Amino acid sequence: MAPRDRGAAEPAGRRELLSAGDVARTVARMAHQVIERTALDVSDATPVVLLGIPTRGAPLASRLAARVAEFSGVHVPTGVLDVTLYRDDLRRKPTRPLGTTELPPDGVDDRLVILVDDVLYSGRTIRAALDALRDAGRPRAVQLAVLVDRGHRELPIRADYVGKNVPTSRTEEVHVQLQETDGRDAVLLQRKGDPA
Amino acid sequence: MTALVLRGVRPYGEGDPVDVRIEDGLVAAIEPGLDAGDAEVVEAHGQVLLPGFVDLHTHLREPGREDTETIATGSAAAALGGYTAVFAMANTDPVADNAVVVEHVWRRGREVGLVDVHPVGAVTVGLRGEKLAELGTMAAAGVRVFSDDGHCVHDPLLMRRALEYSTALDAVVAQHAEEPRLTVGAQAHEGERAARLGLAGWPAVAEESIVARDCLLARQTGARLHVCHVSTAGTAEILRWAKGQGIEVSAEVTPHHLLLDDDRLAGYDPVNKVNPPLRTAADTKVLRDALAEGVVDCVATDHAPHAAQDKDCEWSAARPGMLGLQTALPVVVATMVEPGLLDWRGVARVLSERPAEIAGLPGHGRPIAVGEPATLTLVDPAARWTVRGAELASIAANTPYEGMELPGRVVTTLLRGRITAHEGMVRERE
Amino acid sequence: MKHLLATDGLDADTATAVLDTAEELKHVLLGREVKKLPTLRGRTVVTMFYEASTRTRVSFEIAGKWMSADVINVSASGSSVGKGESLRDTALTLAAAGADCVIVRHPASGAAHRLAGWLTEAGTSVVNAGDGTHEHPTQALLDAATLRERLGDIAGRRIAIVGDVLHSRVARSNVHLLTTLGAEVVLVAPPTLLPAHVDRWPVTVSHTLDAELPGLDAVMMLRVQAERMHGGFFPSAREYSIAYGLSEARLRALPEHAVVLHPGPMLRGMEIASAVADSQRAAITQQVANGVHVRMAVLYHLLAHEEEVA
Repeated sequence: MAPRDRGAAEPAGRRELLSAGDVARTVARMAHQVIERTALDVSDATPVVLLGIPTRGAPLASRLAARVAEFSGVHVPTGVLDVTLYRDDLRRKPTRPLGTTELPPDGVDDRLVILVDDVLYSGRTIRAALDALRDAGRPRAVQLAVLVDRGHRELPIRADYVGKNVPTSRTEEVHVQLQETDGRDAVLLQRKGDPA
Repeated sequence: MTALVLRGVRPYGEGDPVDVRIEDGLVAAIEPGLDAGDAEVVEAHGQVLLPGFVDLHTHLREPGREDTETIATGSAAAALGGYTAVFAMANTDPVADNAVVVEHVWRRGREVGLVDVHPVGAVTVGLRGEKLAELGTMAAAGVRVFSDDGHCVHDPLLMRRALEYSTALDAVVAQHAEEPRLTVGAQAHEGERAARLGLAGWPAVAEESIVARDCLLARQTGARLHVCHVSTAGTAEILRWAKGQGIEVSAEVTPHHLLLDDDRLAGYDPVNKVNPPLRTAADTKVLRDALAEGVVDCVATDHAPHAAQDKDCEWSAARPGMLGLQTALPVVVATMVEPGLLDWRGVARVLSERPAEIAGLPGHGRPIAVGEPATLTLVDPAARWTVRGAELASIAANTPYEGMELPGRVVTTLLRGRITAHEGMVRERE
Repeated sequence: MKHLLATDGLDADTATAVLDTAEELKHVLLGREVKKLPTLRGRTVVTMFYEASTRTRVSFEIAGKWMSADVINVSASGSSVGKGESLRDTALTLAAAGADCVIVRHPASGAAHRLAGWLTEAGTSVVNAGDGTHEHPTQALLDAATLRERLGDIAGRRIAIVGDVLHSRVARSNVHLLTTLGAEVVLVAPPTLLPAHVDRWPVTVSHTLDAELPGLDAVMMLRVQAERMHGGFFPSAREYSIAYGLSEARLRALPEHAVVLHPGPMLRGMEIASAVADSQRAAITQQVANGVHVRMAVLYHLLAHEEEVA
């Protein structure tokens, strides 16, 4: 098969960073890293919970859990943690509809919670997630997994699991597309203001 | 007094333009191409010449609420609106229920000298509807119209006595028709709009039941009845019947009840709060037709100045009433002349001749003819202007027509040969 | 949304968004020890009550506090309001002092509209917490939230509002909101307690409660105020109760799934039998609980967004 000319199928000004196949491989790699770092398949390990941050962190958390189960045989509980009510930029944007929050039945107390999001940028969403998590319970530890880290942090936050590091400019936007929310898997880079 | 020539005017808006010469307060000549000589010339080409307007229903607020209007500012508003005579309602503080107060109002009006101010005497002491005021003493002081306006003389026996008593005084009793038991707490016309807005209803029947009763009392007593501010289609129907019976009843309609309706309630701006309330669009249509037909005799302003704090509040706390003297003619033009319901001769009838007749004013509402008093109003029929409450002569600014463009403008007003208002400025006596 | 003054004119999308938010807030706070969200930190909410109403004021106060807003209560007595200061001056003073939102209860219909007119320039939001006999939009929203919980959906449901519709701001707000959300509304009352030209409202009207009961999904009982009983609107409390009261027998005539609502405070034995009010079918305490979440949602939609250009 000829090497794929990445971005050829995309409109002008838009570049594909990860293809559907890349996304699947990246999630699988992250699942291996989670198993290794948390030793969740060891009997006395701290139980792990994966919490996705809406919108695209939620399906990512589910996919990660499925891969973890596949590779380790351990079924990790997943949940969804909406951070809208904890954001510090509510007065800078039009009204945001709330996402759902669904914690696993046994909660997060004394668990190792891994927050899952699609893109890590300023870090403000994660800060809001940490606040939301504090109100949801008292985990033993919290880690962060993101599909893409695009840099430009405004807070002292870093991810424990990164699918792909992408150096970007602030005039660019990173769009993660997933089958569950967008009808296909891809990660795209485009100039700010261009139609997504 | 120097002579005056009105150049190029059209009496009643009819025929070719003529010049009108005025000397010693009377019309001296009417013909084209008059030699003005040393007379002051008013260039009034194409303007409509009408007899000076007479308002049977004005609130001048003096004495008592001089912060909202005085006899001086109200007279100025009247002159600028084309009026040469106004009837000042009795609901002042103190109430004009005795000769002292009515003489004060009369004297202040003469001192200001812009318009003939005729005091209306109260029918009952303190407008309380309990006991007849001294109608005879007030009549002796010149009062020809009695009214408790603002309140209804609702006791049928008291109203009968007032009507009977007035027959000996050559006076007319003007009734504010509102059955008080049917309007307890009322805030707005009882209709779909007020019901949605949660405003307690002022039903049409509260007016109509009193008008019907009073017409029958007038028939019984042979007295002259005048119905203030007719606001409903049903009242027009009753008046038509009563007049057909030969009952001596006359009636007025306000400019706002010809133009505005209860759509105005949305938004709760109390500038639209008035008593009787703005009715439905269907009522305004019937009232226009009734005025054109003569079932309703005349237009009266119910000019009611109110201080800003009495309007810039919640609806139920606001006082009812709106300014009217300077906007009456334009509203009549918009609602009656432009739709073809009245010609200018009709305007003369409803704004001048009929009200003067009803009140028995000899020097007003006279024909425009040589030898008649030069008590006249000149109207530019083509002018259009935008109403601004702050620019009106009244101290208060509660006009419901704020920002509206209205047709027709009073240019000059003459009271017995003297110009009292000209191009938006009053002229004080020299 | 800049103000919440009425449900008349509130579109279905906005109303649904508020209800969705309320539902999510209820879910988020369920079972939490600390019911506190940081969402409205630094925002000042003033409740201005010109009529006594402990339940509504407390509900708004809790809603504001659970969202971390600073909530200040101004009551008509004990402030300059009691000294005859005009509504306008009071409102402008609060705005100048930095209130982001004023929640007003007032005996005059339209008072909230007037306030909104005076405060829009200052950027202060106004919530109508009941104005005269006009509207009480948050009550209608919490009723709708309760009906959604109990019935699943409001569209296509048949809901009766029973009692003094004429003087009821709750009834007006519910008529507009429920019909906007697709419900069929039946007003059941004696003719003396129905508004003028109610035939032009998007509702059906009945004077016979018994005839309506079998076809209802919900019945909302309105409070009968003492002054109406003495105002000649109906001959006697006894006759009213016989014709329009929700007795146990009438409860049995309702379909199994039908819900009983009452905005409170109730007159037990008058418009609603005590056993009915305490039955599983009644959602009265659920209404109160939903009141807090709905008011949180309203504050969220009013305050948690960028300033709109007026």
